[in-house]
Amino acid sequence: MLLFPQCDRERSVAMEDFWAIVLAGLKVWVCLIVALLMVPAMFGFSLGISETYMKILVKILEWATLRIQTVNKEQQILKSSSFNGLVQRDDGSMEEELRGLRRSRPKPPVGGDFTLSDCFYFYRRGIEDIIEDEVTQRFSSEELVSWNLLTRTNIDFQYISLKLTMVWGLGVFVRYCILAPLRIMLASIGLTWLVIGTTAVGFLPNWRLKSWLSEWVHVMCYRICARGLSCTIHYHNKENRPRKGGICVANHTSPIDIVILCNDGCYAMVGQSHGGLMGVLQRAMARSCPHIWFERADMKDRHLVTKRLTDHVNDKTKLPILIFPEGTCINNTSVMMFKKGSFEIGGTIYPVAIKYDPQFGDAFWNSAKYNMVSYLLRMMTSWAIVCNVWYLPAMHQQEGEDAVQFANRVKSVIAHQGGLVDLSWDGGLKRAKVKDTYKEEQQKKYSSMVVGSEEDRSSNSD
Amino acid sequence: GENGTLSREDFQRIPELAINPLGDRIINAFFPEGEDQVNFRGFMRTLAHFRPIEDNEKNKDPTASEPLNSRSNKLLFAFKLYDLDRDNKISRDELLQVLRMMVGVNISDEQLGSIADRTIQEADQNGDNSISFNEFIKVGNLYFVYLET
Repeated sequence: MLLFPQCDRERSVAMEDFWAIVLAGLKVWVCLIVALLMVPAMFGFSLGISETYMKILVKILEWATLRIQTVNKEQQILKSSSFNGLVQRDDGSMEEELRGLRRSRPKPPVGGDFTLSDCFYFYRRGIEDIIEDEVTQRFSSEELVSWNLLTRTNIDFQYISLKLTMVWGLGVFVRYCILAPLRIMLASIGLTWLVIGTTAVGFLPNWRLKSWLSEWVHVMCYRICARGLSCTIHYHNKENRPRKGGICVANHTSPIDIVILCNDGCYAMVGQSHGGLMGVLQRAMARSCPHIWFERADMKDRHLVTKRLTDHVNDKTKLPILIFPEGTCINNTSVMMFKKGSFEIGGTIYPVAIKYDPQFGDAFWNSAKYNMVSYLLRMMTSWAIVCNVWYLPAMHQQEGEDAVQFANRVKSVIAHQGGLVDLSWDGGLKRAKVKDTYKEEQQKKYSSMVVGSEEDRSSNSD
Repeated sequence: GENGTLSREDFQRIPELAINPLGDRIINAFFPEGEDQVNFRGFMRTLAHFRPIEDNEKNKDPTASEPLNSRSNKLLFAFKLYDLDRDNKISRDELLQVLRMMVGVNISDEQLGSIADRTIQEADQNGDNSISFNEFIKVGNLYFVYLET
């Protein structure tokens, strides 16, 4: 009986020691984080830790790619030919292709003809589109040319070598056990600071100091969040940065776009007001500088939306509005149709192109597959987020150009800069069906080939 | 659908296919008679018609059954797309229906009817006022001449 209290006391002493050690460790850990990560973020300089990490990572990935390629050569796996897609297409227009199909027939006196083989053109196009079309592939993640040691991007898994598997295993350990907890902590610190800081600034009266402070708080917190995702961002052409009273327009890949852009400047955001955690963030941010949050019911009223945006833009002291005209997340290989609403307001448009490097982490948010929380976790367990941001020169709506043409002009400039495919399909096709008017256009075009156009008929009858 | 089969709605989600005037006929070609789901095997069988012909296949064993992407099987596939009631003949009505799909509302009924009549007149050789597969082949072969030049 006497032995047990002895053991208990020893055990409790051991436990106390253990907790003391843990506490001390935590203190050191927190001090390190503050010194190495938060202070640079607050003042905007860099200690070079992430650069070193990126260099090591690039070397490892290059080594992995070489290993995979050498093994593939040994096994003589057939490479696909030089098609840059799955099918070999003849990209002629409808007129050219049908003319070729009808070549063997004598040309009738009145322009226009029908043959049974006309349908071959439509069939071929249809089957090509079933195999690979331009639109549906934009709503899922891009396929990589070579594997980047993340399981999620591994498409046809082959066992290559023991070394590669060990490196992969080490990568899993580093990403999930070291980097992810660190990043989660940083992100929460960043967001908490954002709420506290902006609320505090909101209590100040409306001096110039207030707006300066509010910008500083915003940028600092976004920098901490960016560290929380291991973002490496390269900004190009900073002289074209959006200025007050303008509208900033960018292609949309994920919610992280906001963090990326706000690391280098302050913007007024536009969006739906949410409840819960997002709502807290939104209200806090709105206290320190004006953002535009809409109630869900108001979003349907286009005039109300346009009026509020116009009022904000016309006030030259307010921050530039940040808008993503695609309306939905696209997978960063293309730019889809820009909704014309933001281009009808009439302010100066500052286009921005954002291109992520998929080698280090896939930033696309597939909202059908992942909800916000699992998406953020995936971001935090990737290697890093690397992206390039190009600020493009300001654009204005020209004389005689309507909103749709203006939107297309801006879109092609962004697509050209970012190296993305310029599509005119609507991003809303992710969830909705295509309108019948497009089918009717195709039918009209074909009809003119069957009966001949009006000019042919009238000129022939003269 | 997520259970390993495709339904017609899945095909219609492809925008370029949905605006193709003959899109519905093409989608129909994938589904066997009376069924609404196609599995991967059936999908591949239909697509195999469109594989490019490789040179070494010409020297293959002549007793083996004809590959799916041979010229006549390709033509048979196209013939079936016209032949709506699967009776191995393209009647005037069937031709009119497919024509109507292709031109929409832009051509009047009489004009379309005369185009259909003219086409059948040109292709029909045994005088039954409809196009059989053999008559269709003669038209189709001209298309392959175009492909190979």
